[in-house]
Amino acid sequence: MSAPLSNLDNTTITEQLLLRLKIPTKLRNLEAALILFAMVITSFALALVDLGATGKLNVSIIGLSLGLGAIVLALHVAQRFVARDADPLILPIVTLLNGLGIAMIHRLDIANGLTGWQSQATRQMVWTAIAIVVAIAVIVVVRNHRVLQRYRYLWMAAGIFLLLLPLVPFIGVTINGARLWVNLGIVSFQPGEIGKIALALFFAGYLVTARDSLSMVGKKFLGVRWPQFKDLGPIFVVWMVAMMVLIFQRDMGTSLLYFGLFLVLMYVATGRAIWFVVGGGLFGAGAFVASRFLTYVEGRFTAWLDSFNPAVYEAVGGSYQLVQGLFGFASGGVIGTGFGAGHPGIVPLAESDYIVASLGEELGLVGIFAILSLYLLFISRGMRIGINGADDFGRLLAVGLTFVIALQVFIVIGGVTRVIPVTGLTTPFLAAGGSSLVANWIIVALLLRLSDTVRHQRDGGDAA
Amino acid sequence: MKELRRVSLGILVLFGTLFASTTVIQVFQVDNLRVDPRNVRTLYDSYSAERGSIIVGTTSIAESLPSDDVYAFQRSYVGGGLYAPVTGFYSINHGISGLESAMNDQLSGQSNAQFFDQVLALVTGTNPRGASIELTINAAIQQAARDALGDLTGAAIALDPKTGRILALVSTPSYDPNDMASHDADATAATYQSLLDSSNSPLDNRAIASTLYHPGSVFKLVVAAAALDSGAMTVNSTVPNPAKLVLPQSASSISNSGGGKCGKGDTVSLAEALQRSCNIPFAEIGLQLGESTIRDYAEKFGFGATVEIPMAATPSVYPSGMDDAQLMLSSFGQFDVRVSPLQIAMVTSAIANGGKLMKPTVIDSVLAPDLSPLTTFEASEYSVPISAETSQLMVQLMINNVQNGVASNAAISGVSVAGKTGTAENGDGQPYTLWFTGFAPAEDPQVVVVVMVENGGGLGQRGTGNAVAAPIARTIMKAVLSR
Repeated sequence: MSAPLSNLDNTTITEQLLLRLKIPTKLRNLEAALILFAMVITSFALALVDLGATGKLNVSIIGLSLGLGAIVLALHVAQRFVARDADPLILPIVTLLNGLGIAMIHRLDIANGLTGWQSQATRQMVWTAIAIVVAIAVIVVVRNHRVLQRYRYLWMAAGIFLLLLPLVPFIGVTINGARLWVNLGIVSFQPGEIGKIALALFFAGYLVTARDSLSMVGKKFLGVRWPQFKDLGPIFVVWMVAMMVLIFQRDMGTSLLYFGLFLVLMYVATGRAIWFVVGGGLFGAGAFVASRFLTYVEGRFTAWLDSFNPAVYEAVGGSYQLVQGLFGFASGGVIGTGFGAGHPGIVPLAESDYIVASLGEELGLVGIFAILSLYLLFISRGMRIGINGADDFGRLLAVGLTFVIALQVFIVIGGVTRVIPVTGLTTPFLAAGGSSLVANWIIVALLLRLSDTVRHQRDGGDAA
Repeated sequence: MKELRRVSLGILVLFGTLFASTTVIQVFQVDNLRVDPRNVRTLYDSYSAERGSIIVGTTSIAESLPSDDVYAFQRSYVGGGLYAPVTGFYSINHGISGLESAMNDQLSGQSNAQFFDQVLALVTGTNPRGASIELTINAAIQQAARDALGDLTGAAIALDPKTGRILALVSTPSYDPNDMASHDADATAATYQSLLDSSNSPLDNRAIASTLYHPGSVFKLVVAAAALDSGAMTVNSTVPNPAKLVLPQSASSISNSGGGKCGKGDTVSLAEALQRSCNIPFAEIGLQLGESTIRDYAEKFGFGATVEIPMAATPSVYPSGMDDAQLMLSSFGQFDVRVSPLQIAMVTSAIANGGKLMKPTVIDSVLAPDLSPLTTFEASEYSVPISAETSQLMVQLMINNVQNGVASNAAISGVSVAGKTGTAENGDGQPYTLWFTGFAPAEDPQVVVVVMVENGGGLGQRGTGNAVAAPIARTIMKAVLSR
């Protein structure tokens, strides 16, 4: 975010420094070194988990994690061939977050006495392997991101299809009150996680073409220039879809995530902040009405505002989980109890929705700050790709994909730390969950592709 | 690209709130969240750490022994009810009390002084261990005090007036803290309920923190000290000596215990009034001094303050806004004057120690797990309520009280004992609260002893401080002096 923002031709010292760093092998070598570093930290974390919780070293799980590291290195090698100029920090950051997540999930397996295929960590590692392989496929197949713009209406159809798939009878499954899951017999997944990528692609592609009309200025009212009435169509459609998710799938987080993504992209595309007012108003009104008529939304708000009230604490769907998560954070304090030394298993869903509380307990505020900083670094790399992007579609897509991760992190951790009501989203890369891993690793692959294009184009001189 | 800059700024703000919210929870709300009774982690943690021992002499009277269940350690109390008023209990489902609670940070290894031990335990992966606490309590004196009280309901405190070290702290009847420390939640719940239901409240620590008591005549020490130290009177100052006194603006009258005048004269001196422990002269003295003067002295002696030894004692009460009749009643320890035995020990201790009141405590030293001292005993001054001259006068009056007065049963042959009895009324037909407070040897006090017996010692309104409480105090003083 230190790069020049307003004028791409204006070379500053920072940029010159960046240009010097852009010798391809140097970038990739830096990446390889950082990946190895992330693997070392992950191995240490896994070793500490077993030493802390059982007092014995578990060599096999460290071996498995190194196997995953090898697949990450395969992605790295693939980049040497097809994305030589890709951003060198994104992959190591994600590797570390994913590794820390596995370590924490393994720690909870020990607490819950889960081994073999019952073990969440084993499943998480398998899913991680699948996710990285998918990411390799994406970066190898998608050589030019502009192709993706062509299929924008296909992405729209896919996005809405995936989003609403859980509502289909027989295959849709309700877990913890939210109907977000699809069960295909052998495997169940959350199609909405993949759907968010399709929607980001669609929004970016659509807004690139529609932004001129959306930027048109309408009548002035209350001192503000409002959009023209006929341009309100798209935002209404997205709002309707978000409300459907809220009402029928009973999932506030996903609803907020998609709608927030759309608003931000609309703002970036048109440069008109009024869309935040319109969209915020629409969503606020919808959420308010929902909190009146949908008991689950109302319950979430009550649990948020009045968490420590014994009646709310003991109610079904009340604040028990939230409060126990806060107790976990508190018992971690500043330095944490250390891996394996806390009681994170007390919190329900400690390995998925509440993994941040588990990490906060055992790694302390220090660990949470480190994890938040990793996310921030990841996001700053993503925004940088957006800022430096050569074409409008790539720019919007990079911002969209980055923002969706940022907003998801905020919604989850904000919910767990009582900044906002709790919603049922997973913490990207950390939390147990296959669909979430696959989706987020695809985002990684797309960002790597976009970053390669940025540097490649500018070095090659065919920038616009 | 100002839009992107603004979006980046927006994301920074979102993350800023996350940094803030986690900091608030993990730094500023930690104490509140940790003590929430619904937080079982605190309980698990406190059990998984090897809690330090509480030591009397060379014996651990409370210690943590390894156990096979989820709690890892079982708290065990040596001596059953003997030390319960000091240690309190450490239960899994009914909280912690007494010293276990007051020194919980040290015992559980969470105190600031043990920070580096905590970090070391974290780094090495070993279980943290709590500090041990050596008490000032002396096993022989504690046992003697307990035995001397026998089946009576009451309390006894012995302390060294020169240092504030508490040598014995007894409350009867007591309970066995082992029953409360059991890991069988149902059993402790049953025990707890039966202790609560018990008519003589064994969970109350009568020495420091149960309901407060009328001090009766032992409060005359405060009034006499105030009269002498303020310069309002000398020991020879006299007041009128009627056999009966009608209280101002009141139909009721007061009399001296045993009826009649206080000695033979038409007037009576302060010295004689204290020696005979007469009520009417003290009512008159109190009226002369006024409420605010007496309160000033009472508060310097510790009235109204929560004294922590380190268990918190209930603050003793000197009433405010009294009319003349109430002021007169309160001046011989009736009306709404209410005290803990510890408060009386503090008054006596200041008198015995040349006017300096040393802060009472049961803590001698705090020992790290490797037995190196974290803190060692240092006597500290609580206040200087009266001058050395006043204290000398008071000592003489109290010696006289034992040698020639109404505290005769505290006398020990060959030792000069100073003392004051009290026989406090608790309303029509109610049994008296019986007191003795004193120290020995008077010329070089080694020990202050306070004995309080509820329910008239089972004698109803026939029991007196001299008959019931003074002999118990004598036994305790002898135990100290023969040490």
